[in-house]
Amino acid sequence: MSTNLITLPIIIPMLTAIICMFLHGRDIRLQRVVAGISALVSLGVGVCIFSRVIDGETVLVFTASGWAAPFGIVLAADLLSAIMVTMVSLVSIACLYFSFVSLDRAREENYFYPVWFCIMMGVNGSFVTGDIFNLYVMFEIMLMASYVLCVLGCSHGQLRESFKYLIVNMLSSTIFVIALALLYGMMGTLNMADLSAKIATLEDQSLVTVCAMIFFVVFGLKGAVFPLYFWLPRTYVEPPAPIAAMFGGVLTKVGVYSMIRVFTLIFVGNVAYTHNIILIVAALTMMLGVFGAVSQFNFKRILSIHIISQVGYMIMGLGLYTVWGLAGSILHIVHNMVVKTGLFLFEGATEEITGTGELKNMGGLLSKYPWLGWGFLAAAMSLAGVPPLSGFFSKFVLLRASVEADNYWIMAAALITGFFTLFSMVKIFFYTFWGEPKPLPEKAATINYGKLLPSCFMLVLVSVGLGVASQPVIEIAMRAATQLMNPEIYINAVMAVPGIRG
Amino acid sequence: MELLISILIGILFAIGTYMMLSRKLLRIIIGSAFMSHGTLLMLMTVGKLKRGAPPIVVNGVENPVYVDPIPQALILTAIVIGFATTAFALVLAYRCYQELGVDDTERMRGNFDEH
Repeated sequence: MSTNLITLPIIIPMLTAIICMFLHGRDIRLQRVVAGISALVSLGVGVCIFSRVIDGETVLVFTASGWAAPFGIVLAADLLSAIMVTMVSLVSIACLYFSFVSLDRAREENYFYPVWFCIMMGVNGSFVTGDIFNLYVMFEIMLMASYVLCVLGCSHGQLRESFKYLIVNMLSSTIFVIALALLYGMMGTLNMADLSAKIATLEDQSLVTVCAMIFFVVFGLKGAVFPLYFWLPRTYVEPPAPIAAMFGGVLTKVGVYSMIRVFTLIFVGNVAYTHNIILIVAALTMMLGVFGAVSQFNFKRILSIHIISQVGYMIMGLGLYTVWGLAGSILHIVHNMVVKTGLFLFEGATEEITGTGELKNMGGLLSKYPWLGWGFLAAAMSLAGVPPLSGFFSKFVLLRASVEADNYWIMAAALITGFFTLFSMVKIFFYTFWGEPKPLPEKAATINYGKLLPSCFMLVLVSVGLGVASQPVIEIAMRAATQLMNPEIYINAVMAVPGIRG
Repeated sequence: MELLISILIGILFAIGTYMMLSRKLLRIIIGSAFMSHGTLLMLMTVGKLKRGAPPIVVNGVENPVYVDPIPQALILTAIVIGFATTAFALVLAYRCYQELGVDDTERMRGNFDEH
């Protein structure tokens, strides 16, 4: 179905960024109002797109200037894209509210909101694009803005880590272009639907497999999979809480989303080879990620290393390559986006009060700040996968998928990872909220921590809601997965849109 | 012709890799610029180098010979992106040098367990 609706997730953040840029130097509240309204409108648009594709059959397509695919630029939104766009807007609202109340003035006034919405534009663009070169362009928009956010404030740690982050991503962009060049040289097209249809007719898939593995490296670097996650823990620790929360909750998921997109739509000719590699990498990613987290004693660092182990779960479903597996991946992405962002915001609130991130310098916060403590526990248990929270159901679906595929070793890896996740979350709770109260800095008494909590609790409630309403949520994830397993729905929808054909 | 260009791409990548493996910030950035030039040449070469007319289809001409315009469009976009990223990297490296007082990645490492 052809519609202009799916350009809005790109256009709204772009316009907001421009408006906020012009409001630079005026009262900061003006920018906050514009940012808040824009985030709410984005959520509305996301829900609107979601409601149009919820049947799992419809794919919304936009062809630029009326040039039909594969000649023109195409945007396409299926159920997976719609879910991602909606969830990102939701997470963005929570992070923006948190930065309204907690971010220091110097950072906030120095083009924070324009850069934020540039990231949103890149992220949403990656989700709705139907053209693999535009995926590269959208990635670059997102990365360029994320470099700026990462270094915003110029603390020594931020400068140090941003440079490494920048170089790693420049390298991965170079590899991305190489992969695009190979693909274009082989197939003569970069439209994803057209690529998929043409690759399926190839007899010799060997060069396509090479190309697939190069793409795996590119998206693996962005999504932080084994052994390409080395840059993540340090980079995500340095920026302030709302920025770290958005990085942890959203940016790696874009890499995972792109991986799911290309490995269900384009590179499905040699599943026995490519998807088995993904499965092995998934197991290593989650095990090594969680062991890294267990050994740490810094609140934020534990959370950021946990991002890695959770990415392992997300690509585990892709590696299994069944409807249940993909549904589990989608559920886990949605769950993790919400919960991981929530945990980072709880960390931000705790650090605001205690002035430190080291677990050994904290203790006994529960008596003074009960809401913070119990709220954190709820989010942490959701991450560890305790019923009835959302983490339980996403892991349940993944485990069920591995049983159905007779893949017991990956199931064992997932269960062990789940156990250690619980362990490290409980460790944070023990050290921070239980035990003897440690002296707090003097400014702690002046902080109105009640105003920090609404955005954290909004995300906890979403996690509880996803868990309680698991029946319809799993149903929708299954529909999205079925749609991914039948790429001809996507191809037909994109190719069927009438337009100029040269 | 493709062979020559391929060798050139190989040389560019070798230079880029060598520079990126050094410790100085500036050399790393220059290395990544060399690599991106190699990639752009590669993008041009995979579409086969050939002589031809501009890609404008005139009514009534059967089987016109023209150059594939898409690699050029892609290269143009990639150049713009590469330019912006390199500019940002240079500014960041300069700021790192100003604030941290070093231009050596070995001394920029920072301890994972400090703070």
